[in-house]
Amino acid sequence: MKILIKNGRVLDPKNGIDGVMDVYINGGVIERVDRNIRTRGTEEEVIDAKGLCVAPGFIDVHVHLREPGYEYKENIKTGTAAAVKGGFTTVICMANTNPVNDNKSVTEYIVKQAKKDGSCRVFPCGAITKGLKGEELSEIGEMYESGIVAISDDGKSVKNSQLLRKALEYVKLFEIPVISHCEDEDLSTGFVNEGRASVISGLDSIPTIAEEVIVKRDMAIAEYVRSRIHLTHLSTKGSIEAVREAKKRYGKITCDTCPHYFTLTDAATLGFDTHTKVNPPLRSHEDVEAIREGLRDGTIDIIATDHAPHEAASKDVEFNLASSGISGLETALGLSMGLFHDGVLDLIELVRKFTENPARVFKLPFGELTPGRAADVIVFDPYIEWTVDKNTFLSKGKNTPFHGWKIKGKNMITIVEGEIKYRAR
Amino acid sequence: MNWTKKDLLSIRELSKEEILLILDTAESFKDISRRDVKKVPTLRGKTVITLFYEPSTRTRTSFEIAAKRLSADTINISSSTSSYVKGETLKDTAKNLESMRPDVIVIRHSMPGAPHMLAKILDFSVVNGGDGAHEHPTQALLDLFTIREKKGKIDGLKVVIIGDIAHSRVARSNIFTLRNFNTEIVCAGPPTMIPPYLEDLGVKTEFDINRAIKNADVIMMLRIQKERGGVSFIPSIKEYSNLYCLKPEHVKKAKKDVIIMHPGPMNRGVEISDEVADGPYSVILDQVENGVAVRMAILYLLVGGEA
Repeated sequence: MKILIKNGRVLDPKNGIDGVMDVYINGGVIERVDRNIRTRGTEEEVIDAKGLCVAPGFIDVHVHLREPGYEYKENIKTGTAAAVKGGFTTVICMANTNPVNDNKSVTEYIVKQAKKDGSCRVFPCGAITKGLKGEELSEIGEMYESGIVAISDDGKSVKNSQLLRKALEYVKLFEIPVISHCEDEDLSTGFVNEGRASVISGLDSIPTIAEEVIVKRDMAIAEYVRSRIHLTHLSTKGSIEAVREAKKRYGKITCDTCPHYFTLTDAATLGFDTHTKVNPPLRSHEDVEAIREGLRDGTIDIIATDHAPHEAASKDVEFNLASSGISGLETALGLSMGLFHDGVLDLIELVRKFTENPARVFKLPFGELTPGRAADVIVFDPYIEWTVDKNTFLSKGKNTPFHGWKIKGKNMITIVEGEIKYRAR
Repeated sequence: MNWTKKDLLSIRELSKEEILLILDTAESFKDISRRDVKKVPTLRGKTVITLFYEPSTRTRTSFEIAAKRLSADTINISSSTSSYVKGETLKDTAKNLESMRPDVIVIRHSMPGAPHMLAKILDFSVVNGGDGAHEHPTQALLDLFTIREKKGKIDGLKVVIIGDIAHSRVARSNIFTLRNFNTEIVCAGPPTMIPPYLEDLGVKTEFDINRAIKNADVIMMLRIQKERGGVSFIPSIKEYSNLYCLKPEHVKKAKKDVIIMHPGPMNRGVEISDEVADGPYSVILDQVENGVAVRMAILYLLVGGEA
């Protein structure tokens, strides 16, 4: 299949390209990126991208696809459909399925299902510890053979520092990073950020230090054993400051944040809307500003969604009882364009946090428009205004605090390995 | 002014005018409870449900008496008799009750925001009878009513709230009523029971009870919220009592005409001594009496307006 995308503003941070160019896709790979590529007349599709941006397909390093085990929340088919709608062509899915992805048979199952049902590329993340219990290491090597690209006990931290040390040492054999969910469970006994909002609402709260003490511990251990650590969904000013300092000394630390942490504050929880319940919790204005600064100055490498779809019933209860999480794949690109519109990041830097950086951290041969590489390409409009309607989500998870929001910026076309997988109506 | 809200969920979302309207309306109802025939027909034909997921003596009885004195029909549901124990969700319970067409539901729940959740899905009035550590609006209104009655004013007073502030919905609601007026609000208690960011609400904080009480016009004592884990915030009840139990020698440091309040239930010898609880400055039982009038006013304003 041949596709020619003409007249778009091509944003390819890896190759240092930012300009109006054409992209020629042939047989699933990028053939050429250049000015004024002429049509051969044999293309199945010639896309006029005038006024639009053309970029490598986005990579989301943190999603929950819920399969196997929680298919009533999401499955690989619906989750990847949501991904391609949102502009993602590659996702890394977390291990907290049922059974947990802590052995090669589950990894193989996910890989097989993704081949069968997936609209985009799916790379599993294996569990650090068996059953996510924090007691003994999973069979990381066997999972690696089967296709995992990282390990994480996402949902909680590895409480036992000795065990975390062993994990960080062990993964050096495979050169994959440990993804750290930073949360001290003893300090984290609540549901919302500890701050002015929690004093008003009386909801049990989670202080910023619950995240920061683990950020600092995990970086210290990783640095000591000279291994690679990726800190996920960072939400506090203290975390960003700690990472900024540590990166000056030690180069194998990377991190990500999520659109809700640079878009919403804990004030959103004051109405007890359970869609604002997420872990880590929405933080203060000061934290949001620090996250934005961390994105601007490069302390934060990646924007991930932490796409956490839930069935309606698990949110339709008292705030304390509601499940944590936001269905994020279909709003991430638009919300992140807010960083561009607010002058925090220019478009090439914004695209870098979704493409070149995640590809580098997780050693994926994607996220670039280099000739010969897989043709994972998106066409998006950074200016178009639209209203978020959860009922139009392709994800089973309609749990979003952004329902009804007017957002500027939207994915229009998603191409995975040379095939058009999504086109906005 | 007129009452326009469907629900009474929190003091924080009330204006000063709405607070005063409730107090003024309560004044006119207080007399009814002291008559021989303690009943007026104002809410005849209305149905009030009290749905209590937490234990309560005062609040539930007070609401029921208030409703009955206004001639409303009342039904009480408590968690032990409800389908909650069979696993029914709060939402389903509420929608089922709605099908029986009540006019008001008073809910008490251990979790903040439960009344708000109901208010969003129900067409009839929801009254917050206490939701976790969030708010207890009717308690704060009856407290303010009692302060105004005893002091003849609200402006210019120093009000000291002592105890487990972190877990107290009574403290929060009182802060939100009092800050509408020119009052000095001081919250005192062990450092572990004074939540961070409390001063953002416009109150002062103090750890030493003696300093807090100095020149107080009003002292509100709170109990330790054992059901919300309050005990784990202090080494022992004995030590707490040594440091924070209100005794006559403390009261001497306050203004001569200080009033001592407590929302109940009291733990005598823990946060308040017998001598103070039963002493000349105590208005604790007046609070309970005023509670009926204030709750009559609230029910009247919510559903009696058109009658």
